[in-house]
Amino acid sequence: MSNDARTEIRSFITTKFPDVTFSDEEDIFALGFVNSLFAMELVMFIEKAFGTRIPNEELHLGNFRSVELMADLVRRQSAATVG
Amino acid sequence: MTNVGVVGAGVMGTGVAQDLAHHGHTVVLVDNNPDALDEALARIELECRMSRMLGGPAIDAEAVLALITATTSLELLAETEVVIENITENWDLKSALYAQLDVVCKADTVFVANTSAIPITKLAALTSRPDKVMGVHFMNPVPMKAACEFIPGYHTSDQTKDVVRTLLDSIGKKSIPVNDAPGFVSNRVLMLTVNEAAFLVHEGVADAKTVDEVFRSCFGHPMGPLETADLIGVDTILHSVEVLYEQFNDSKYRPCPLLKKMTDAGLHGRKSGKGFYAYQSMG
Repeated sequence: MSNDARTEIRSFITTKFPDVTFSDEEDIFALGFVNSLFAMELVMFIEKAFGTRIPNEELHLGNFRSVELMADLVRRQSAATVG
Repeated sequence: MTNVGVVGAGVMGTGVAQDLAHHGHTVVLVDNNPDALDEALARIELECRMSRMLGGPAIDAEAVLALITATTSLELLAETEVVIENITENWDLKSALYAQLDVVCKADTVFVANTSAIPITKLAALTSRPDKVMGVHFMNPVPMKAACEFIPGYHTSDQTKDVVRTLLDSIGKKSIPVNDAPGFVSNRVLMLTVNEAAFLVHEGVADAKTVDEVFRSCFGHPMGPLETADLIGVDTILHSVEVLYEQFNDSKYRPCPLLKKMTDAGLHGRKSGKGFYAYQSMG
């Protein structure tokens, strides 16, 4: 699940920013090519692609700074739904 | 707390409704397209949820939505004290609407035109209450912008100005007074800048990304003009440039053909998922 999530999230970002290279662990906001408006797109994408609704307490930039952190968020949401 | 009508549930109307409700005002949000209303409420909920993440305050989305009545019926504006009009920048549509508002609303209801370029005095002349009509040019995204252009028309009374200034103060907006003229200050400059940037792409001088890069890297602007066009709406930009052209009859306001083609093709920017750039859509 987590690896699939990583792949899908990475693919979403690289479609928008095809010229940028970054690792799954890198802070995409610190790299400077994404802004807060793109953060909103990320939330919409994750909720739609993974059929989840991210709870308010999880909606902070810290969860969206890297592909890895977003995949972790998806995994937590998935576990919460199953559990 | 003021009972405010917001007409037009596009990008601007949605932002205005959200900002008013967030500050405790009751809002009647009217649009003739029920899909636009559904989209507006979904957008408001998402923006409220996202507020803290984007550096704003934590906002209770349910509390905000509870203050907004979304409807296709102008009649529900009957009890409102102020009506803020945000419909498409098109004279025929606006003239029909103001005549209707004049009938539906109480005699002392103040009308605020959140127009991009149409002169306020011309809109006021469509009503029987020109002293109670004025312009406020909100900036996009409305909840995140701290100021707006404050534009009295020729006949706007001091009382009307006070009512509107008090309402703007209550939602944390600084009012910057400017005189009534097509495009006011901001759009007279901004729309021509965006239009010329579109010409650069149209003529193949540079692609959209490169044009924006020049503005961001060389001028230190947070966004380039074509990113801004996508945020405002490419169709809205075109309509505003067309209005400037009609008002001034000056060829320097001729709209770029690329803006026309994109508008016809549905490439309206962020709100449609694609403009000069591609986006994740709401749908």
